[in-house]
Amino acid sequence: MSAETMKRTETMLLNLGPSHPSTHGVLRVLLELDGELILRADPDIGYLHRGIEKMCEYRTYHRCMPLMNRLDYLAGEVNLFGFCLAMEKLLGIEVPKRVQYIRVMIAELTRIASHLFWLGTHGHDLGAMTPLFYAFREREKIMDMCEMISGARMFPLYFRIGGLAADLPEGIIPAAWEFVKSFPEKHQDYHNLLTKNQIWIERTKDVGVMSADEALDWGWSGPMARGSGINWDLRRDNPYSSYEDFDFVVPLGKNGDTYDRYLVRMEEMLQANRIVKQVLERLPDLPPGDIKAKDPRVSLPPKDAVYNDIAGLINHFKLIQEGIKPPVGEVYQCIEAPKGEMGFYIVSDGSPQPFRLKIRGPSFVNLSAMDKLARGRLLADSIALIGTMDIVLADVDR
Amino acid sequence: MSKAAELLQEKFPEEVVEVSEFRGETTIVVKPGRIVDICKALRDDNRTSFRYLSMIAGLDYLPQSPRFGVVYNLYSHKNKNRVTLKALLADDAAPAIDSVVQVWNTANWHEREAYDMMGIRFRGHPDLRRILMPNDWVGHPQRKDYPLRGK
Repeated sequence: MSAETMKRTETMLLNLGPSHPSTHGVLRVLLELDGELILRADPDIGYLHRGIEKMCEYRTYHRCMPLMNRLDYLAGEVNLFGFCLAMEKLLGIEVPKRVQYIRVMIAELTRIASHLFWLGTHGHDLGAMTPLFYAFREREKIMDMCEMISGARMFPLYFRIGGLAADLPEGIIPAAWEFVKSFPEKHQDYHNLLTKNQIWIERTKDVGVMSADEALDWGWSGPMARGSGINWDLRRDNPYSSYEDFDFVVPLGKNGDTYDRYLVRMEEMLQANRIVKQVLERLPDLPPGDIKAKDPRVSLPPKDAVYNDIAGLINHFKLIQEGIKPPVGEVYQCIEAPKGEMGFYIVSDGSPQPFRLKIRGPSFVNLSAMDKLARGRLLADSIALIGTMDIVLADVDR
Repeated sequence: MSKAAELLQEKFPEEVVEVSEFRGETTIVVKPGRIVDICKALRDDNRTSFRYLSMIAGLDYLPQSPRFGVVYNLYSHKNKNRVTLKALLADDAAPAIDSVVQVWNTANWHEREAYDMMGIRFRGHPDLRRILMPNDWVGHPQRKDYPLRGK
């Protein structure tokens, strides 16, 4: 028998994850390989499925809120932001300007923190160890600010349906100013480390290319869509919480590859920083203490009224014991979360629990295009692809 | 009336069951039979151009009948607006509807999730497997008659 006929080829199945440092959590990807070439990539998710949507159906709206923080845990407060907006839409209430501005400020700081985490880990996955330490230096300051407003670093739980838990504490304004002023310079450090780094360019240019049409078809949103040149930002196109008051630029990519998505997210951090600065400039004009919607169906009465006035006491008691009872109806509210469109679809039957709460997580949708991106690429690129999608498995699995 | 509702009234008058407005959002209830044609029309017509599918959600209205529903949330980047499509499924024992993966690829995972969680079958789906629960799981956890914990 000749050597030619004895040659046998078969593809190999490789398990990436579910517990691998570069999968950013418990993601398992089943890769079919021909040598180093990826023929098929099948993400297997659900290892972190906690049934949050199901649990919410058995909880009052207030008790759903801590679960919302735990969706995309790197940007905990932004998820809660979306949930509170959805509830306010369902209830038909307006919150004071001060609340809207403070929410924008926290959301943008969280966006920077989330992007910094992405930058550090994405760089680390592809062999650049140093950016992680620089990125976490600034992220730590944002975590400290979260600690100031609520005592918790990852899950502040600071927003409330119809307002905020409390007004901004003393000391946060100077800390935020210091951060805002120093951040652009720090940001330059990241650029110096990666943007013109030849290894970084080789690993990310032309990897995971997605055209604008394909990105739309796959439901991509946020920086993923903008990296492909889709000029779309919910903060600008469907403004919520007074985003129309602020001046910011929506950065766009051209080639839709991993490098462009890197540049988009880098620029988004600077733009978020600009928005925080604008909030800080305008906050002194807004009356302090104005942090709740004036609606007894939603907001707890002031403590003074609870102790000294029977109506206030009853109001407090009913809100705590029975919860918020929104009208019958259904709403969909989405926000521009750091990772893309974070949506909440709430179906209310008039009871204090949601009849159905569907969470549209950006990570879940972005990850679904994994197979499309990985086919025909090399095994090492799969790590770059997982990194560029900026997924959080808690948001994928819910 | 929203442009999407106008378009559907004009092209599929028999299919539109109800159009409602709530808090500035338009919800169109349609019959499930021609959902793929309806979605294609909404995507391709210049007046609507809903080229982006935000999400698909399964609904369980137990004890009502029809018990199951499927909700599609569409967005148009051109008009910067949204519409919600809803179809109620006739068969309470074996709910099924045609898959819209051929209209938007992103529907793939949303439909798998609705199948996994609610037990709604999507006819013509290329790869209808469980997605969040293990493959050998029995039952569909987000149905209203599925207990929250234990048995």
